[in-house]
Amino acid sequence: MKRSPIDTEKSARGITRRGLFLGGLQVSFAALLLGRMRFMQVDQTEEYRTLAEENRIKFQLIPPARGLIHDRNGKLIAGNEQNYRIVLVREDAGDPAKVLNRLRKIVWIDDEEITRVLSEMKRRSSFVPVTVADRVAWEDIAEVAINAPVLPGITPEVGLSRLYPRASDFAHVVGYVGPVSDYDLSKLEDPDPLLQIPRFQIGKSGVEAKLELTLRGSSGTREVEVNALGREMRELGREDGQPGDNIQLTVDADLQAYVQARMAGESAAAVVMDTQTGDLLAIGSAPSFDPNKFVRGISGSDYRSLLNDPYRPLAAKPAQGTYPPGSTFKMVTALAALEEGVIGLGETVKCYGHLEVHKRRFHCWKRAGHGKVDMVKSLRESCDVYYYDVAQRVGIEKIAAMARRLGLGDRHDLPLSAVAEGLVPDKAWKRQARGADWVIGDSLNAGIGQGFVLASPLQLAVMTARISTGLAVSPRLVRSINGVEQPILNDGPMAISGESLRIVRQGMYEVVNAKRGTGGRSKIVAEGLRMAGKTGTSQVRNITKAERARGVSRNEDLPWNRRDHALFVCYAPAESPRYAVSVVVEHGGGGSKAAAPIARDILLQAVYGGEPPLEAYPSSQRGTIRSRQREIEEMLSRPPAERFSEGKDQA
Amino acid sequence: MSYLEYNVKYVPAGLRKVLYINWFLVLLLTAVACMGFLMLYSVAGGSMEPWAAAQMKRFALGMALMFTIAMVPIWFWRNMAGLGYILSLGLLVLVEFIGTSGMGAQRWIDLGFMRLQPSELSKITLVMILAAYYDWLDIKKVSRPFWVLLPIILILLPTALVLQQPDLGTSILLLAGGGAIMFLAGVSLWYFGVVLAGGVGLVTSVFMSRGTDWQLLKDYQFRRIDTFLDPSSDPLGAGYHITQSKIALGSGGWTGRGFMQGTQSRLNFLPEKQTDFIFTTLAEELGFLGGVSLLALYVLILAFCVAAALQNKDRFSSLLILGIAATFFLFFAVNMSMVMGLAPVVGVPLPLVSYGGSAMLVLLVGFGLVQSAHVHRARQKR
Repeated sequence: MKRSPIDTEKSARGITRRGLFLGGLQVSFAALLLGRMRFMQVDQTEEYRTLAEENRIKFQLIPPARGLIHDRNGKLIAGNEQNYRIVLVREDAGDPAKVLNRLRKIVWIDDEEITRVLSEMKRRSSFVPVTVADRVAWEDIAEVAINAPVLPGITPEVGLSRLYPRASDFAHVVGYVGPVSDYDLSKLEDPDPLLQIPRFQIGKSGVEAKLELTLRGSSGTREVEVNALGREMRELGREDGQPGDNIQLTVDADLQAYVQARMAGESAAAVVMDTQTGDLLAIGSAPSFDPNKFVRGISGSDYRSLLNDPYRPLAAKPAQGTYPPGSTFKMVTALAALEEGVIGLGETVKCYGHLEVHKRRFHCWKRAGHGKVDMVKSLRESCDVYYYDVAQRVGIEKIAAMARRLGLGDRHDLPLSAVAEGLVPDKAWKRQARGADWVIGDSLNAGIGQGFVLASPLQLAVMTARISTGLAVSPRLVRSINGVEQPILNDGPMAISGESLRIVRQGMYEVVNAKRGTGGRSKIVAEGLRMAGKTGTSQVRNITKAERARGVSRNEDLPWNRRDHALFVCYAPAESPRYAVSVVVEHGGGGSKAAAPIARDILLQAVYGGEPPLEAYPSSQRGTIRSRQREIEEMLSRPPAERFSEGKDQA
Repeated sequence: MSYLEYNVKYVPAGLRKVLYINWFLVLLLTAVACMGFLMLYSVAGGSMEPWAAAQMKRFALGMALMFTIAMVPIWFWRNMAGLGYILSLGLLVLVEFIGTSGMGAQRWIDLGFMRLQPSELSKITLVMILAAYYDWLDIKKVSRPFWVLLPIILILLPTALVLQQPDLGTSILLLAGGGAIMFLAGVSLWYFGVVLAGGVGLVTSVFMSRGTDWQLLKDYQFRRIDTFLDPSSDPLGAGYHITQSKIALGSGGWTGRGFMQGTQSRLNFLPEKQTDFIFTTLAEELGFLGGVSLLALYVLILAFCVAAALQNKDRFSSLLILGIAATFFLFFAVNMSMVMGLAPVVGVPLPLVSYGGSAMLVLLVGFGLVQSAHVHRARQKR
């Protein structure tokens, strides 16, 4: 375009003016950008750096290996098993449905599980491993590994899970573990972040629950760099956790197995205690259940059948169960009376089969009466009238004090679930709990271990041990934690005169070994291993006047759940006691018939450290004993998980 | 100015032209491109593939184009302005039919060796046609309504076609770039006042149109505006880009985390880390100093362009240089505002740094024109 020089000049001036203006505008904007950049990168950099780190680094917890539980001889009671599971990564699998179908030819997976896996996979990012099968057998894992080329995205993984090799034997002692529930978390004020790990298991009952913090250990952490999708890029750091402490219990796994087998078919509890150290060698509860089922997730039908079983397999009877101690309480009354001096050794009471107090008749179990009864005879033949009389004289407060001294009404700090306190009644208790005054009849009933008195088999074992040695020994269940021996709880000699104890022990000796002793059928004849004991039969119902008039019906004629509880406490050897045993057979009938034979077998098993020779039994019983020994031998030869399978149905 | 007048003064000819190329500008452009190569190498995790090597080849091609264009006399390019404009309009129409779509927009034509984005090309051709128009137009007529309407139509034609694709970023660049040339050419400031008022009215009506039948923008464009106004409202959804971009940028600090040490881009927290958001990687790894360096290079390029334009007495040349400089400015200003959270996310690359063929080639073609105008400027005889 042709243009005059004047126009050219004009144009150039205009462009220069506006060009400079526009250029200035541009530089100003660049300055604004600079300011913004400075503000973000210099002034606010700390904030943004923090945000960036949060973006980038994730912490993962490494679950610690749970502490092991052994018995006193180092046999494993609770261990950790390698648990193989199969996981599937969607992005590697291509078509997950197809891969799963191939996998099903090797490992059995039901349709429901397949649907769950497929839907879970859709919800999650494609690189997140989803568990397809849990607790897969090693053979199957091997086969999966061999077929890996046709199973893209499938990987076997290994983790640790709790295993109880002794199955039902220790269900009520060691308990079991299970996944953390919301309820568990709500109970804790400051829950360990470890508990949030999926599939993490904590103790739910027994030692597993009570010593949870000891067994759990502390978690390790893994610091990983993740990308925007949460995929792990690399490990930045790793700090291994502290495995849980190992625990050694005082129990003897073989003796426990024997106790459980011996009580098979009954609803019963038995406790074996070392009279010197208080070590609990066996804490049996029958029937039992397999805690491994709970670890793996028990099926609804299995759980219901455990709940509905009238023999209550889920109840830990030795420590949770409380029973009227019946005649096994008579030692307490006797010792209280002797210590108070209300009755002498040679002093006798006349038994006519009943005693009338305030127009109310208190019956002796022997309707014909025992005639003249002294202290030793009263124990030997378990005369009720004698104790009515003595209890009246000594008074409930002294009896209660003696009971407490012998370990009744005491929880005995043990790491077991729901340890019962039992009940040692006295005037104050009745006033507070029942709002009524103590009446003389209450004392009479308490004197023979009926009425309000309640004790657990564990407490009865402690009582027996204390009587046998005169030492205030307390039960101990944990022998050592991580090799550190736990203290023996023995407060030394109790403030009970040796003479009183000697008389009561004599009575207990005669219960088993003398003519007319109530436990005479359960004698031990081996020299130096004589047993002393006391039978007990506790009523679970009141015998009405009408019934008594008709003639009290025999236990065998009553429905099972209305029959009496059978009890027996004993120790051996009588001369230098080593073990005390208590046995309660629920609704078993008479203590001498139902409980004493079991207690004797257990005691002999403990004393001999295995199966006792037949010579320890009276010659007339050896035939039946031998056949029972065979039966139990056969039972124990089976793997722990299969021992009681058919025994469950009969309940 | 006539052809004859050039002879009176001195216009370099032949190989001597090479001496009159603005070599400092070439150096600046290369420096910026090298920063780009470094960042592309870094975001690929320390690898030339897949981006850095390809970008280098394009830069080499672009440089060759730039020198070729610089050697051709500027009046030839002025004569080609109309043809170029029509060609780019044609391509914009063509892309509607045979274009390949990406990110919900039809944008490029696959030429086999590269993907051509006609919208990028139109940025240059629009500048050329407007410069040629005002060179041709009598200065006295510049502010007359009819002669103002004509360039507006020239601007709106490609803008409408680009908006149709839809590519909001390029439309804004075209509008603003065209407006800048009209401003430089001396159009009365009243018009700009009216357009500004109209713009405010348009923005209002765009917002008012939301959710009605006559909605003026696509939903995703509305969402971009929403997330710009409040990125935290949807931190994992649409606001994710802005939030992550600010985190990366802000965490750079004074000196950055070090080359190849940026965590956010490497771990894919950053969206489109090799293209529109590459500045965040640069700012994270090289810090404030790195960011300032790049900004300084850009400003220097602008300064050289303005200086070159003011020295040049040829109306077409001046307008062309300033127009291209304005377009270049708009590129980096919009991109940087976007990643710093000052503007909504619109698809505008960082000039000469972002990975992408069309933008790189078009910019270097533009600077080729700048060089050509510079080389063929009438100089006083020494």
